[in-house]
Amino acid sequence: MLLNQFLLLGAVLFCIGVYGVLVRRNGVMVLMSIELILNAVNINLVAFGTHLQQATGQAFALFVIPIAAAEVAVGLAIVLMIYRNRRSIDVDSLDEMKG
Amino acid sequence: MPEAVLLGGEQTTTAVEWVVFIIAATTTLLGSFGVIMARNPVHAALSLVGSLFSVAVLFLNQGAEFLAAVQVIVYTGAIVILILFVLMLLGIDTEEDLEDEPLRGQMPVAVGIGVLLTASVFALTQLVGFDVVTGTPEVTAAIRDDMPNINQIGRLLFTDFVVATQLAGVMLTVAVVGAVVMARRPREYQPIPEPESMDAPLSLDPTDQGADNGAEVAD
Amino acid sequence: MSLLVTGSAIVAQQGDPLLFDVDLTAVGIVVGKVLVIFAFLLVATMFMVWFERKLISDMQNRIGPNLAGPFGILQTLADGIKFFFKEDLIPDRAQRRVFILAPFLSFVPAFLLFVVIPFGGDFNDGNAGVVTIFGRETFLQVADPPIGVLFILAMSSLAVYGAMLAGWSSGSKYPLLGSVRQSAQMISYEAAMGLAIIAVVVKTGSLSTHDIVVTQAGEGLGGILPNWGVLLTLGVPFVIFVIAATAELNRPPFDLVEAEQELVGGFHTEYSSIRFALFFLAEFMNTVTMSAIFVTLFLGGPAGPVLFGPGWLWGIIWFALKVFVFLFMFVWFRATLPRLRYDQLMDLGWKVLIPLSLGWILLLVALDLAQDQNWNLFAVGIGAAVVFFCAAMLLRAAVRSGQATRHTLEVPD
Repeated sequence: MLLNQFLLLGAVLFCIGVYGVLVRRNGVMVLMSIELILNAVNINLVAFGTHLQQATGQAFALFVIPIAAAEVAVGLAIVLMIYRNRRSIDVDSLDEMKG
Repeated sequence: MPEAVLLGGEQTTTAVEWVVFIIAATTTLLGSFGVIMARNPVHAALSLVGSLFSVAVLFLNQGAEFLAAVQVIVYTGAIVILILFVLMLLGIDTEEDLEDEPLRGQMPVAVGIGVLLTASVFALTQLVGFDVVTGTPEVTAAIRDDMPNINQIGRLLFTDFVVATQLAGVMLTVAVVGAVVMARRPREYQPIPEPESMDAPLSLDPTDQGADNGAEVAD
Repeated sequence: MSLLVTGSAIVAQQGDPLLFDVDLTAVGIVVGKVLVIFAFLLVATMFMVWFERKLISDMQNRIGPNLAGPFGILQTLADGIKFFFKEDLIPDRAQRRVFILAPFLSFVPAFLLFVVIPFGGDFNDGNAGVVTIFGRETFLQVADPPIGVLFILAMSSLAVYGAMLAGWSSGSKYPLLGSVRQSAQMISYEAAMGLAIIAVVVKTGSLSTHDIVVTQAGEGLGGILPNWGVLLTLGVPFVIFVIAATAELNRPPFDLVEAEQELVGGFHTEYSSIRFALFFLAEFMNTVTMSAIFVTLFLGGPAGPVLFGPGWLWGIIWFALKVFVFLFMFVWFRATLPRLRYDQLMDLGWKVLIPLSLGWILLLVALDLAQDQNWNLFAVGIGAAVVFFCAAMLLRAAVRSGQATRHTLEVPD
């Protein structure tokens, strides 16, 4: 079974996701990058699960997916609120709270 | 039993597995690069679909067919559709200028560090060999060959992880209620955030929002 | 696909016997089945286009297409040729690549869906639909993954992208409105559809389409009635599935995505020539595929009595007949039902179908449990009815109070 290759892929995907979260300013794009991160986690979980020959890894990954769904639902609601208040979803411009 | 034993049995890697892995991994990475590089959010969402779909193929490759199906149903069927819906509803599918950085020099530094980290991981695998992770598979709670993996996952979810399953349900409920409450219009209705005319948020071109409105009304 | 099938066959120790020992003959048989499916779907789609036009014109006291071929049956072919030679326009403000890609995205899932549909074979006397081709035992079904039902759901969720992206990439406002409607409608009705399917899965105990058909081919209640999904699940999931599937297909009365009076042509307003033809064909192909899913899940698929001759042929005949019933039903809907308003559509999906299907699953499981534990079925039924009534009243009260607060929020202008 392939294991290290999957872990490597997961690591790279995670890094790409983090880069997206940090660099993109469109709120929706940030959410999409978070999805990439969660998927990197899932790849690792499944790979380890297969390596250890346990279904536990897949069961864990199954918990990550609803979390991703909940995160997107709440995140998009937040984006909607931001858009209503500011007519823009540039997350970098949300800096009223800074001292 | 042939070599392609997906779960359990001999830990061998078949040629098919390799080919599928290489193709799916490549498309996963291409898709994820598309997500962070695309200037248009809708193109980025499409790349995300490609990436997530390839991850589903990778799951199949690992014998997690149930997870692969769930991945496709939840991600491409619900999450990305929801994202596209919000993009289209708000009309925020405008192109983003990636050259304009809030922090000067942030991007080259990020790319540099990223490449460095990836290179170091690769170097590690070169030094130690590709099999960094070792370890003996658990024998006691091994995945059973006589049961499809859906049954095994189901059994786990409703025995060992039953609390976690119910918590996931509670979390989803809370998320749904929260999203609905947040997306509701405020109690004191203020018309400020509303667009001036109906077509403003639907405009695809960011530059013509102001100018176009007047023309449309005149029509 | 092939990997998926191989894996399933081995892990589950069941599935298509053809794939336990793969050699050149097996590959040849699989390729043959794929070709047969492809040809069948294309022919069925062409037939469906003609059938719909002819039947609607009958229902409206018109003659309908009658010039091309006998009974106008070649009309679709003539239209196709005409479409092919029309000028192909791409609007200036269109997103070119997505615009070109979109028709294929709505076309491909329709084909892929058919892969898991059992379309023939003899299911009588514990035969389980196994047929022998060139000395190899196999199912009349391209693939039998252990997650066949989930595969159906996955593919039908992919089919949304075609219409959505077509509308968005046209760079024009009516198609965009069509797309926004489409995405909201899909998300709402897919949940109800999934829950209706789960009811069947709970009763048949398998996610494999083949196993579902095998279960339904078994002896039914009292030995007279068939053991079909529609009876197993006591009818309601079937009705929910009919409504949700019609909404998924964007067929009348749920065709708000392409409501002519409101949105010009809906998502495909800007499409012309062969690209439009692809959308047109995809819509009809999806109808055929959805009918096949109906038959597989609720009407026992190809299972049916063998009157004379080879059993596998009767499987195909029963399958075709049952699919035909649903095709007729869809056309009938279109000819008779007026289109819903958009808020009615959303209300129906969220406030009626989803709660009802959820409650029904609970009811089915409760009845199963009662049977297992030897409880009094009658008492359980009464209890379930009381719970149902209370839940419905609660839901109604909640919806009422929601409407009341919404009215106070509305601005008088």
